[in-house]
Amino acid sequence: MSGTRVLVGTRKGAFVLTSDERRTEWTVDGPHFPGWEIYHLKGSAVNPDRLYASQTSGWFGQVIQRSDDGGTSWETVGNDFTYDGVPGEHQWYDGSLRPWAFTRVWHLKPSLHDAETVYAGVEDAALFKSTDGGAQWAELSGLRQHDTGPQWQPGAGGMCLHTILEHPSDADRLYVAISAAGVFRTSDGGQTWQPINKGLRSGEIPDEDSEVGHCVHRIDMHPDHPDVLYMQKHWDVMRSQDGGDTWQEVSGNLPSDFGFPITVHAHEPETVYVVPITSDSLHFPPDGKLRVYRSRTGGHEWEALTTGLPQQDCYVNVLRDAMAVDQHESCGVYFGTTGGQVYASNDSGDSWEPIVRDLPSVLSVDVQTLR
Amino acid sequence: MSESVRVVLPAHLRAMAKVQGEIRVDVRDEVTQRSVLDALEAEFPMLLGTIRDRATAKRRAFVRFFACEEDLSHEEPDAPLPDRVVHGEEPFIVIGAMAGG
Repeated sequence: MSGTRVLVGTRKGAFVLTSDERRTEWTVDGPHFPGWEIYHLKGSAVNPDRLYASQTSGWFGQVIQRSDDGGTSWETVGNDFTYDGVPGEHQWYDGSLRPWAFTRVWHLKPSLHDAETVYAGVEDAALFKSTDGGAQWAELSGLRQHDTGPQWQPGAGGMCLHTILEHPSDADRLYVAISAAGVFRTSDGGQTWQPINKGLRSGEIPDEDSEVGHCVHRIDMHPDHPDVLYMQKHWDVMRSQDGGDTWQEVSGNLPSDFGFPITVHAHEPETVYVVPITSDSLHFPPDGKLRVYRSRTGGHEWEALTTGLPQQDCYVNVLRDAMAVDQHESCGVYFGTTGGQVYASNDSGDSWEPIVRDLPSVLSVDVQTLR
Repeated sequence: MSESVRVVLPAHLRAMAKVQGEIRVDVRDEVTQRSVLDALEAEFPMLLGTIRDRATAKRRAFVRFFACEEDLSHEEPDAPLPDRVVHGEEPFIVIGAMAGG
């Protein structure tokens, strides 16, 4: 029988939740690294026993942990994220220029193509790559040194590179998303980058259809349709059918098109999940009802999924890295909240149950399907 | 000739270094903040970047250095540490700054 391993990063440590393929009984292991913020906990698709954790602290900085036994034991690996060359300057909140300065790793992306290769998205926004399992990191500096770099500005959470997508069959083709710069694409392994934000409209910036400056919260793709991208922007849910060259809004009948995560079903490339949040100033669900919305039509038409989720007095948030799907035949969907709950559905979102209710605030959720 | 310097780490860093209680590091050069931390990081490389910034080698903002009931955080990195630290009579204390409310 196959298994399921849910990797949860929280404000106060990492947790590993395991079950079989029925996903009804769960074992909770943790906290690992208690007291530390775990911005991201992520497993390798090539070697499922290989996990990485971004462990951060306002006091003690950035640590990267690696496990080679599925999270039972961990070792520290490299944490030298020194920018390539002299860092340039980017916009600060007050319109002044400020030098790039490393703060933390927001997102880790083990390569789909090589077990020893892993990418890291950091704040201030840059992309690093390791080809030795995280021991050493080198910046793919063509991104940060893009001509538009001096125009990039931090979102409220900092100027973070928070999403990394790899093309499933072309290891040189990557997408990254930065708050608040937008989406960028490379077709040469990260040497050169192109902003791909045409069609985005953001009322929070002076030129609402600017080439850069958009607060993209998350992007996702299905490996069978790698030219179809989905995006949860600050406001607006967007879709691209041409690998990001152009974007169209697909918010449709959502009660709010503000939110953070967006995730594509494991087996249905046109089935997409979002969690609407009231607004940029009210980071909780509309009407106190925690509802996942699912579209089976690639956007535009959305249905609320509520069975098993609190439908009154719920004021949690779901952060951008805190939603994931498994690969089981009946697709599992998982998300964690800022209130410390991790909810799971083993039927594509039709019904939900909490795996755990009282963890620290959840920053990230990943899931591995173990064969 | 080297000095055996006593070092006290905060709980999070003791856990990371897999040590308990006070530790000792051998310092070959003059005993300063820099030489003690260099020796500490050489023996416990997992602590690299947790006390001093990787890029600038400066003390992280919310880390403090105490010894002999004095806050030495703002001393120059190459300033000699007190004799009682050099001779192992007092520890060099690395501490996370108080924060919160």
